[in-house]
Amino acid sequence: MNTLVFSAIVCAASFCAGFLGSLTGLGGGFIVTPVLTLVFGADIRYAIGASIIAIIATSSGAAAAYVKEGFTNLRAGVLLEIATVIGAMVGASLTTVLPTHVIAVVFGLVLLQSAYLITRPRVEKASADSPPNRLATRFKLDGSYPTREGEVAYRVRNLPGGFALMGLAGVLSGLLGLGSGAVKVLAMDQVMRMPFKVSTATSNFMIGVTAAASAGVYIRHGYVDPGLAMPVVLGVLGGSMVGARLLFATPAARLRLLFAVVVAGIALEMIYHGLAGSI
Amino acid sequence: MSLRTARVTDAQVQRAVGNLLRGGVLLAAAVVLLGGVLYLARHGVERPDYHVFHGEPLDLRGLKGTLADVAALRGRGIMQLGLLLLIATPVARVALTAVAFFFERDRTYVLVALLVLALLCKSLVG
Repeated sequence: MNTLVFSAIVCAASFCAGFLGSLTGLGGGFIVTPVLTLVFGADIRYAIGASIIAIIATSSGAAAAYVKEGFTNLRAGVLLEIATVIGAMVGASLTTVLPTHVIAVVFGLVLLQSAYLITRPRVEKASADSPPNRLATRFKLDGSYPTREGEVAYRVRNLPGGFALMGLAGVLSGLLGLGSGAVKVLAMDQVMRMPFKVSTATSNFMIGVTAAASAGVYIRHGYVDPGLAMPVVLGVLGGSMVGARLLFATPAARLRLLFAVVVAGIALEMIYHGLAGSI
Repeated sequence: MSLRTARVTDAQVQRAVGNLLRGGVLLAAAVVLLGGVLYLARHGVERPDYHVFHGEPLDLRGLKGTLADVAALRGRGIMQLGLLLLIATPVARVALTAVAFFFERDRTYVLVALLVLALLCKSLVG
């Protein structure tokens, strides 16, 4: 296989990853790295380097759309970025010292968790009726977002809990070259009780900044190969643009289950190869 | 708009941030594509080798070396410049939010945004 054919196939695969990543709000990177390592046999460090750049592209593209529509909670996003950026710097530095098969196993475990989260039914916990929270009021985190019935207000709570989980999201993002969108959404919609759509939009808003912090560390260590990143970035970006057009057409339960099974399969494959030392 | 109402609204900030993100990504993608065409035209028939990790050559690990490669019209250098532009996009977005919070006279969030910006610069420069 020459570079031209290789780039075309990688670009096509990345397009699918970007499409699914944007549709599920999980970010495109969580498929890119397994595909590059398991299918194309790339070293996981090159794969992570390409993936983190692609994640910046998808999340920024999607965030541009969300933020204009008024779903994003800018203040919550910027405030929680303190946690994700510090986490990402720690995680990316860990990547440069940990053996690759350990990274592969952790990657697989995080994917398994994502697969579980995909199947979990969405319970909307947000409400405007809960009492105001002192910290949330101090940091002006309460907001409103557009729905079919007009603007709906919501209150935010448990900022420390959300902040801590965001730190973990940052570490995982830096360690594995992922967007950690699933953990970010979890921190906001389940812990801080923000509406699901607001959580998804704000997560996308934050992923680019988190990934940029990791990308700086990766570039300095020579993980980012432009020849490999080029087809990945262009493919993922194209796919996510198409996916963003179907923004809130939430996939049906059966489709989500199928998707979760595929992700779980990839996760087990990563864990197996990690344990066997073949990654 | 009168001076009294000249303060920046959330909707304006959202629009500006959205435009910056979209513009940055499109510009970066165009540069990556340009470099990619050059790279594939020159090296398309070679065999790709990503099985063994060698790490990138030093010139592609920093801005200065990348710019030197761009000046020499090397495809890999131009692609890498596009990737750096992509990384710069969210960083610029944080800077823009800091400015926006300043115009909204929200001192707390100016400080929050500047702290994020400082952390990002630390990670990029090392």
